[in-house]
Amino acid sequence: MTTGTNSSRKMAGTAALLALAAILPLAVTEPSQQNFLILILMGAQMGVAWNIVGGYAGQVSLGHAVFYGIGAYTSTMLLLTLGLTPWIGALAGGLVAAAFALAMGWPCFRLKGHYFAMATIAVAEIMQILVTNSDALEGAVGLYLPMDQSGWGVLIFLSKLPYYYVILGLLVLTVLVSWAIERSHIGYYFRAIKDEPEAARALGVSLTRYKLIALTVSAFLTAMGGSFYAQKEMFIDPGSVFATTISIKIALIAILGGVGRLTGPVLGAVILITIEEYSRTLFGSTGSGTDMIIYAAMIILVAVFSPSGVLGLLGDLRRHLPGAKPDTVKAEKMEIRP
Amino acid sequence: MTADILFQVLVSGLLIGLIYALVAVGLTLIFGVMDIVNFAHGEFLMLGMYASFWAFALFAIDPIVALPLTALLLFAVGVIVYQTVIRRILKAPMLSQIFATFGLMILLRGLAQFFWKPDHRLIPHSLVSGNVAFGPVQFGLPQFVAALGAVGVTGALWMFLHRTRLGTALEATAIDREAATLMGIDGQKMFALAWGIGAACAGLAGGLIATFFPIFPEVGSNFILIAFVVVVLGGFGSVTGAFLAGIIVGLIEVLGGFLVGPEYKTAIVLSLLLIVLLVRPRGLLGKA
Repeated sequence: MTTGTNSSRKMAGTAALLALAAILPLAVTEPSQQNFLILILMGAQMGVAWNIVGGYAGQVSLGHAVFYGIGAYTSTMLLLTLGLTPWIGALAGGLVAAAFALAMGWPCFRLKGHYFAMATIAVAEIMQILVTNSDALEGAVGLYLPMDQSGWGVLIFLSKLPYYYVILGLLVLTVLVSWAIERSHIGYYFRAIKDEPEAARALGVSLTRYKLIALTVSAFLTAMGGSFYAQKEMFIDPGSVFATTISIKIALIAILGGVGRLTGPVLGAVILITIEEYSRTLFGSTGSGTDMIIYAAMIILVAVFSPSGVLGLLGDLRRHLPGAKPDTVKAEKMEIRP
Repeated sequence: MTADILFQVLVSGLLIGLIYALVAVGLTLIFGVMDIVNFAHGEFLMLGMYASFWAFALFAIDPIVALPLTALLLFAVGVIVYQTVIRRILKAPMLSQIFATFGLMILLRGLAQFFWKPDHRLIPHSLVSGNVAFGPVQFGLPQFVAALGAVGVTGALWMFLHRTRLGTALEATAIDREAATLMGIDGQKMFALAWGIGAACAGLAGGLIATFFPIFPEVGSNFILIAFVVVVLGGFGSVTGAFLAGIIVGLIEVLGGFLVGPEYKTAIVLSLLLIVLLVRPRGLLGKA
């Protein structure tokens, strides 16, 4: 296989996709539909960020909401108390989340598989309880962003369109970071840690150091997504940014598309958010439970029938088509044992 | 703080701890036998509560009387879940296994909401109601009976695992699956049995607390995280460990809530999980 033409074809495909994303709001002008596109981009951004630690390095975090919440609360508190622009606030949130990731990863990365996943759930749940009971952060009441301001400085807009381009930009940034990691020696180490941890250790790769790098970068990007959520919703409370359901959704997006690959989480977000939003509008979310049933059925089906996600499923199909190349790259499967 | 209050706190911790133990023994049994963490375990408890509720609402059967029925029903649910979903993911990656049982959790909650509405329901006028007083210490009779029932069921499970042929076969599968298969034990059958018994234990816990705890589709979320803590503290796969750990977690939760504030009691229990994972990941009685 000639990698040169392959990667330039990939490049052209990415450029075309980006161009399409940039002009898409010209065709989709209805605010609710633009909101739907924004939700997809937000989901994709979270999924790509999670994939760095959960996919490439194979460390399954089910507590990513802790970073999301830290990002949302940091930028919002800085805006409310110091009047600091969320452009800097989001970076600050990213740094706080990265520092938190270092502190949390140092002890937790001694754990493997189920144990690591459980520890991350516990950390996020504890954080949610602490924030819920913090008077300084308005506890369970939550924080409102200023309703009387708007513009690029405070990153608050009356229309959906600016939000669309901001989150598109953040997604592109996240994908670029992820892509750079995938291509660099760090990416090789991540995959080595995931697939052959003992061999990697024997070759002198510091497992903990590279796991920490993965978690820290992932936390930084996830926190920026959290800051964006606060700007878009203009209201945050512990339940909307720190809940375990958000952690699960973040991981689910990556898994649904195909873990360990750059395009997986983007595809996962398109599918998951579409199903989530449509089942909500079709069946209503007012406690009938139908949207939950559909959502759950989908999770189970993917878990049972396609452990390598939709991309893996597509790969399987392609291999069965006539004239398929035998060396088509298989989607990476998650294989971790405690 | 007087001794009376402390004693009162410890008794309520013990009572709730025994319930936690019963929820956790099923979870730890499933994990021990097949290395799968069941995120839907709290939903088995929820189904047990609804079984009691409907037995009471439709046929005027008291929750305590309905317990055998609840156990049978949940045993069937556990086996069905195993045969339809779990059997297919035995060899799947860990992430798929987590998400299969996680999806199951949302599915069961969704179904409960769909059929039975999200309302909180209560069972009034159970056979067991009112308070019991032991000197200065007072507690509810329903709580006391539930704790007693939890001890009985956990004890019966222990007897089953250690004193019957079938139970020993289940234990053997948990200790060494391949060796057990070589001895002629049908692994698939044991797995299904573990899910049936695990679900029945959670369902019985649900039936026991239905006399005093509100019943609603998401009630399982109150128990699942605590059950994880109990399983980790007791040692993954150890029924005896889960029993001891359940009592310890109940005591720490109530004592912590009393000393620090009730809003922090779950945070305290989850901190315990982190401490155990970091200091002694195999728990009290887990395999090294």
